[in-house]
Amino acid sequence: MISLDFAAVLEQWPLLVRGAALTVALTALSAALGTAVGVACAWMRVWGPAAWRWPVVAYVELVRNTPFIVQLFFVFFGLPAAGVKLSPEAAALIAMTVNLGAYAAEIVRAGLEATPRGQIEAARSLALDERQVFLRVVLPPALGRVWPALVGQIIIVMLGSSVCGQIAAAELSYQANLIQSRNFRAFEAFLIGAAIYLGLSLLLRRLLDEIGPRWIFGRRAATGR
Amino acid sequence: MTASRRGLVAAVLLAGLGLCGLAQADALADIGSRKQIAIAIPTDFPPYGFVSTDLKPQGLDVDMAQLIATRLGVKVELVPVTSANRIPYLQTRKVDLVISTLGKNPEREKVIDFTAAYSPFFQAVFAAKGVTIRGAADLAGKTVGVTRGAIEDIELSRIAPADSEIRRFEDNNATVSAFVSGQVVAIATGASVAGNLMARNPQLGTEYKFVLKDSPNFIGVAKGEDALRGRVNEIIAEARSSGELDRLARRWLGRPAGNLPQ
Repeated sequence: MISLDFAAVLEQWPLLVRGAALTVALTALSAALGTAVGVACAWMRVWGPAAWRWPVVAYVELVRNTPFIVQLFFVFFGLPAAGVKLSPEAAALIAMTVNLGAYAAEIVRAGLEATPRGQIEAARSLALDERQVFLRVVLPPALGRVWPALVGQIIIVMLGSSVCGQIAAAELSYQANLIQSRNFRAFEAFLIGAAIYLGLSLLLRRLLDEIGPRWIFGRRAATGR
Repeated sequence: MTASRRGLVAAVLLAGLGLCGLAQADALADIGSRKQIAIAIPTDFPPYGFVSTDLKPQGLDVDMAQLIATRLGVKVELVPVTSANRIPYLQTRKVDLVISTLGKNPEREKVIDFTAAYSPFFQAVFAAKGVTIRGAADLAGKTVGVTRGAIEDIELSRIAPADSEIRRFEDNNATVSAFVSGQVVAIATGASVAGNLMARNPQLGTEYKFVLKDSPNFIGVAKGEDALRGRVNEIIAEARSSGELDRLARRWLGRPAGNLPQ
């Protein structure tokens, strides 16, 4: 029977707090930027000029069919060869944003394509210009339709940020790893790390379920009524 | 295996060991009459011992083995060993000497004897020639890559100034990649990893800066072979005063052998 010693890990709480803070910061920024990238790509793919569609398809397929850690290593270890040196945190943020952007593009596209034609025609007949049609009539209910899938993807990206420790971005897993390499309490360190991730995930889901209907697409728009 | 069989095996092994003890010849005389010395070397531990592209073993340990054979006036038979089997090779007399990046500790001293140290093994900080780092204090404001949890990580974390940025990576490969791609200015690592790094990336002009921890290498001799051990110690002392040991260390490790314990 292993004897567990959680105190040995918990006494390092400042490290855990700093790690969790970076995880939250990376997630918040990449969620906002990644969703924006996703909406832009989805728009280009559905309504954009034909010449823009192929680059978007290439980006989406490239990112969705390669492992996140490879993308991360490419940004951190590969880009310096092209003269672009980024801090581990910046590299992590870029990799997470690029990754979420590709998945969000496909999720948002599904929402856009489910828009009834009549809705768009009705908007045009009210003399709204194309920008207004997209931003005010099409996008909000489209986001509402796919919101649960988008929230799920954001949480996957947050949990995926745990590999950013590999490039020395001092996020939560990095700190848990550091603690266990010092006191050899690997099981306790990772168990506490996992508990923090669980708490963050539940909190983030609650928060996004709140933010979405209130600020982004509105309750009525969400249900299409 | 049942308890009684295990007992029997143990008894046979003990008897065998006893016989070995009785049959102990003078290894030095034996080497002289054979005109050949068998030396265990690593082939998986650059730059101490590794296989080059022409499939020949080379490295600091290999050069040392050659040096000892030459001074003894005999041919050398290089026997590749691993970290785990190098001491058993000596105990079972399959080799006369072990020159295999072997550190000395009390557990090992119970089963084999050691000569004086012949080469340094150390964890140190390395960086490009243009970077001024003379000691831990010079790491202030610099980024240093290190493999998390390794001896060098523990040492570095202890002595690095608070405003130096230590970036810890998962394994030696990631740490080396971070240094090679310029993501960290300096790297704290073992002599073996650094030697490999310098050999493969000569364009970086990496050089040794300062040592974090020393744990020199010794040559292993079978227990009780005092004549052989004495002769090898003479050769080491000679090589040390003639500067040969320094040349070897400089060639393979990028720094002189320094003060090696006797």
